[in-house]
Amino acid sequence: MIRILRQIFRTGIVTEPLPDQVTREIQAAGLKLEAAVRERFRRSITIRQVDAGSCNGCELEIHAINNPIYNCEKYGIHFTASPRFADLLLVTGPVTRNMEIALRRTYVSTPSPKFVVAVGDCACTGGIFGETYASLGGVDKVIPVDARIPGCPPTPLQLMQGLTRLLDGADTKK
Amino acid sequence: MSILKDAISSQLGAEVRFVEGYQHPARTIFCIVPQEKFVDAAKAMKKAYALLAAEWATDETTFGRGYGIFACYRWGHEYLIVKTETAADAPVFPSLTKHFLPAWRFERQIQSLMGVMPLNHPDTRPWIKFEDWPEDAWPLRKSFDASKPMPRVEGEYKWTKAEGEGVYEIPVGPVHAGIIEPGHFRFQAVGEDVLNLEERLGYVHKGIEKRFESLSWDEGYRLAGRVSGDTTVAHSLGYCMALESMTGCNLPERVHWLRALFLERERIANHLGDIGAICNDAAFAFMLYQMMRLKEMLLRTNHALFGHRFIMDRVVPGGVAVDIDTACREVILAELDRLSKDFERLVVIYEENPSLEDRVRNTGMLKPKRAREICAVGIVARASGLNLDCRIFNPFPPYDQYDRLELGVPVMITGDVHARTWVRIQEVRESIRIIRWILDNMPDGAISAPVAAPFPDKAGFAAVEGWRGEIIYWLQSGPNGELNRCMVRDPSSVNWLGLERAIHGNIVPDFPLCNKSFNQSYSGHDL
Ligand code: SF4
Repeated sequence: MIRILRQIFRTGIVTEPLPDQVTREIQAAGLKLEAAVRERFRRSITIRQVDAGSCNGCELEIHAINNPIYNCEKYGIHFTASPRFADLLLVTGPVTRNMEIALRRTYVSTPSPKFVVAVGDCACTGGIFGETYASLGGVDKVIPVDARIPGCPPTPLQLMQGLTRLLDGADTKK
Repeated sequence: MSILKDAISSQLGAEVRFVEGYQHPARTIFCIVPQEKFVDAAKAMKKAYALLAAEWATDETTFGRGYGIFACYRWGHEYLIVKTETAADAPVFPSLTKHFLPAWRFERQIQSLMGVMPLNHPDTRPWIKFEDWPEDAWPLRKSFDASKPMPRVEGEYKWTKAEGEGVYEIPVGPVHAGIIEPGHFRFQAVGEDVLNLEERLGYVHKGIEKRFESLSWDEGYRLAGRVSGDTTVAHSLGYCMALESMTGCNLPERVHWLRALFLERERIANHLGDIGAICNDAAFAFMLYQMMRLKEMLLRTNHALFGHRFIMDRVVPGGVAVDIDTACREVILAELDRLSKDFERLVVIYEENPSLEDRVRNTGMLKPKRAREICAVGIVARASGLNLDCRIFNPFPPYDQYDRLELGVPVMITGDVHARTWVRIQEVRESIRIIRWILDNMPDGAISAPVAAPFPDKAGFAAVEGWRGEIIYWLQSGPNGELNRCMVRDPSSVNWLGLERAIHGNIVPDFPLCNKSFNQSYSGHDL
C-alpha cells in the first residue's frame, strides 16, 4: 500500500505536465470544450462509443482522451456503457454490412435530441475500405451524422477539438 | 536437412511433389499433394509434432486451374506449405479438423468466403459470413463482384444450446459496454459458473482480403497497416516482407534495424496498455492510469520522431519512410530511462498486491495441452508453455544475431491471467533492452531499396512476431503479375479459440478479466 501511495504522490497530477507546446494546446482545447459543455449541456455530456467496423486504431485514440494526460472527464465528458444514457454517439469505422443492424439499433435506443459524430477517415467516407459488399462506406450512409472528425486515426487533441467544434454550434439542434 | 520435409516424404513417398522457385523465400518449403493425400500429409505433420499455422484457399480459375487449398505447418524454425487442388465445378477438399483443431474455423471460413466445401467437417455453419448473406455469395471467388452491395436474406444461426434445471443463457454484444470492438459472446451458465462460451465473430468483416485484390502491389502495405490498427507496424511489415521475398528485393541492413525498432516500440506500447487494462478489470484502476500515462509518453515520442503515434505507414515496400539521427537517439534513450524506472516500480506494486493476485492467479487457465491443441501463438502460447516466437525462429536482422543480442523470450506454464500478464511484463523489459541495443549498434546506410514488380504466378510468404504473436502473410501474383490473393493470418484467428477453452470452470464475473488477458483483435480476425 505504501508503495502505491508513494507512486501516486511521486506521479502527481500529470494532466498538465511539462510546460511544452502540446500541453498548452491540450489545455486550451480542453477549456474551450469545457465552456461548450457547460453552456450547452449543463456541465456534462455523455458519450456512447460505437465501433461499426473500425480497424481499432480509432478506439485507441478515443481511449487516450480518457487517459490522465488528456483527462476529458475533467471537462465534463463522460463515456457510458449504454446508449440509453447517451447524448452523443461517437461512431468509428466504415459501417460493415454485418454491423449495420446493430448500429441502427443503437441509434434508435439513444434518446433524442442526440448527436452523431463520425470519427476517423473510415467513418467519414469509408476510407481505405471503400464501399464494397462488406463495407457500406461512411456512417452517414446508415444514420444521420452531425459532425465529422477526420484523421487516421485522429489524435486525441483533434478529437477534443472536433467535439468542441460540434458543441459550439450545438444550439441548432436543441 | 528439414524435419518436416523428411516427415512428409517418408509418409507420402512419390505422391508429394516439392516445387522450387514458385514460392519465396526458398527456406519455406512448398509441396503439392493429390487431394486424397491431404489428410495423410496432415497426419505426417502431426506425427512430427508440427502445428497448423494457417489454412486457406485460392481461386486459380484465371490461370485455367480450379481452386487451391493450402495448409501451412510450423515446427521450430521450419514452415512447410502443403497445397492440394480441386476442380472448379464442384470444389471440395478433405477436412483436417479431426487432426488439427484450428482447422475448424479456417475451413468454415474457406467454405463461407470461397465456396470450397470441406468434406467430413463436423460443423457446417458459416463463419464470418452471416446468415443474412445470400448463400451463393462467395466474395473471394474471382467471379464475385465485390463493388455491389448484397441483398439480405432470411436465415438463422444455430447456437449451441444447453438445457437442464437452472441453466440460463447470457448473450453479450455485438455492441459491448466500453470502448472496444464488436463481437458476440453467448454463455450458458448455472448460477455463476460458466458451462460453455460460444463466440460469434465477423461483425467487423470489411472484406479486406478481397480489397487487396483491387490494389496495386505498392498500395497494399497501407491496407495491411489497417488490418488491426493496434498492430499496424507488424502487419505492414508482414506484407512488405512477403512482397520483398517474392521480388528478390535486397534490403539495406539499416532498414531491418529500423523496422525492428518500430516493432519493439509497438510491442511496449500495447503491452503497457494491456497490463493496465487487465489490472483495471481486476478493480485495480491505479495501474490502468499509471500504465496509460507511460503509454501516452511513448506515443507522443512516436509522433514527434516518426510523425505518427502508432508509426502507421512508416514501413513501406523496400524500406522504411523515416530515419533517425543522433538527436532522436538521445530522445529515445532518455525516454526509455524514465519508462523503465517507473515501470519497475509499478511491477513491484503489481507483485505485492494480494487482492490483485487473488484475481489473476488460477483464473482463465489455458492448460499447455489445450494451447497446443488449438495451435496457439504469441503471448497466449508463451503463457501456456509453448516456446514460440518468430523473432527467434524466423528472424530478420538484428534478431538473427543470437550471440550478440541474446534475445530472451519468457515462457510460463500456468496459462492463467497472471501468466499472460507476466509474459507481457517481461517482454516490456526485454523490448526496452532490445531498443537500447539497436540504438547502440545500428549500422549506417540507406533506408530504402527499389522493389521490382513480381513475376506472374509466384507466391511470397512472411511470418512476423507482432505484439500479439505470429502474423502470417501469403501473397500470390496473378497471370499478369497482379495481386491475385493476399492471405492474412492474424494471431487472433487461432487465439480466439483459446478464450473459449480458458473460460471453462470460471465464473461469469471473471470473463472480462480473462478476455482482457487474451485481448485478441476482432478486426484482425474478421478481416
Ligand atoms: S480511420 Fe484509420 S485508424 Fe480509424 S478505423 Fe479507419 S483505418 Fe483504422
